[in-house]
Amino acid sequence: MKTRLRLGKYWLYIPLVFMTVFYLLPLYIMIITGFKSFAEIDLKTMWNLPQGIAFDNYIEAFSKLAPSLWNSFAMVIPAALISSALGSLNGFVLAKWKFRGADVVFPIILFGMFIPYQSILIPLVQFMNLVGIKGLPGLALAHIIYGIPITTLTFRNYYASLPQELLEAAKIDGADMLGIYRYILLPISMPSFVVVLIWQFTSAWNDFLFAVVLTGNRDWPITVALNNMAGSQIISWNVQMAGSLLAALPTLLVYIFLGRYFLRGLLAGSLKG
Amino acid sequence: MFRDKDRFLNILLISPSILAILIFVYAFIGWSVRVSLSKWKGLTADYTWNGIKNYLDLFADPRFHVDIRNTLIFTGVFVFGSILLGFTLAVMLDQGLKGEGFFRSLFLFPMAISYIVTGVVWRWLMNPAAGSRTSGLNLLFTNMGLDSLVNKWHTTPTWGIAAIALAAIWQMSGYTMALYLAGLRAIPEDLKEAARIDGASEVQIYRHIMLPLLSPVTLSALIILGHMSLKVFDLIVAVAGKQLPLDVPAIYMWQITFDGLFYGRGAAVGILLLISIAVLIIPYIRYTLKTEAEQ
Repeated sequence: MKTRLRLGKYWLYIPLVFMTVFYLLPLYIMIITGFKSFAEIDLKTMWNLPQGIAFDNYIEAFSKLAPSLWNSFAMVIPAALISSALGSLNGFVLAKWKFRGADVVFPIILFGMFIPYQSILIPLVQFMNLVGIKGLPGLALAHIIYGIPITTLTFRNYYASLPQELLEAAKIDGADMLGIYRYILLPISMPSFVVVLIWQFTSAWNDFLFAVVLTGNRDWPITVALNNMAGSQIISWNVQMAGSLLAALPTLLVYIFLGRYFLRGLLAGSLKG
Repeated sequence: MFRDKDRFLNILLISPSILAILIFVYAFIGWSVRVSLSKWKGLTADYTWNGIKNYLDLFADPRFHVDIRNTLIFTGVFVFGSILLGFTLAVMLDQGLKGEGFFRSLFLFPMAISYIVTGVVWRWLMNPAAGSRTSGLNLLFTNMGLDSLVNKWHTTPTWGIAAIALAAIWQMSGYTMALYLAGLRAIPEDLKEAARIDGASEVQIYRHIMLPLLSPVTLSALIILGHMSLKVFDLIVAVAGKQLPLDVPAIYMWQITFDGLFYGRGAAVGILLLISIAVLIIPYIRYTLKTEAEQ
């Protein structure tokens, strides 16, 4: 029985390799185009491997996109840190304190992560103008607040999975609530922090909608700058490919090195964590 | 389990976030509803009462009809394609092959990339130019002798949006696969073994035992992917800009509000989108929290 299955399943590599080609195709074209010299660039030979290693396209793309790459980092890092910290506190309170109305508060927070942002976009822009928070700080604030639902959800599920005895023991030892959080929960929360930080970093880095309405050409993050580069007639396709890889690289590296945590964030986002 | 002092602290800790959500989600939705019922057009806010006129105008606008048609085609192709591909990949990777982890990571990597990057690259892969200017996938097809596959991609009349759904499937099918894989791993191995002893073939096992057991996963995937396709925005902008034949409600809202300054009508589009997503998501949240409470 086992032998039949073992022999029978090797054919599965054929569709799997075929699918591998499908998934790698866009990555292949981004990478090889980037490494071609300007002299080699021709749409007719776009699938051919580069004849040597050149950096013309990357240098050109970087010189155009560098300011927006920094804008993205400057906005994304504080946004990810702050919304993760808030999520941890909320998750702690919601998981460990069964107050009246907790069953109502949680879904009310949760709904915020599914809304189409078009339904709050006009008030958001008006509000930011009203309070005078413009550009990148406004964008970071939007990512912090609209990130609260998913960060809260992830931490709440994690803290709810911990045995109640852990907290009871600490209470008997005289720890108050903040002590329990600070000395018991926080030290064992690091894996959840990694999950949430990666998730927030990726989604804020990749966001386009908030960025395009809240920032101007002085403080565009990378997604807006790349899209405008692609829409302009002056910048050729090869530089666009190199620029795309630069824009994708930070989140791609996070995925390559911390993929396991990335997947957990992904499943949490579908409420299936 | 906590004392009064702790209760006070609890409220103190959680109230900033709750307040932020109440304002930035719920009060803003209310504000948008108010804008959608106003005559606001132009740079200065104008809250003169206009009834449901913006909604009526919207439904009379041929552009909005295109939006609805495009959303339906996109949703159909994207949701069906992602679920079919995601399920197939998950079943293949569930067979205990060597290199499973490699394939899994590979199929999921597009999730780490922005729709803008995906769109910019696919825009060149789906280049519709013909003759000596043929490039992208069309060029690849020609070189491989598969001329019958050469097509005009997103510039095809009416069905062009389906080509964009293809790029979206590339991006999201790995995610669907991950959902199914998690579901498959939760099914006890004994169940499969018992069916095998009863003489069921592998295909029968997946068709008659696994698929029904996975229906909660299918439901999640349908709702998550469905609500994503109602919101689709950046991917289309990156592939095609603001071209009318590929218009969807999210682009319409963005353009008519921030380029056209028709704030009232833009808000109406936003609210209609919200309603169409709420009817999917609210029952889903209730169902998920109820199942969780029962466990």
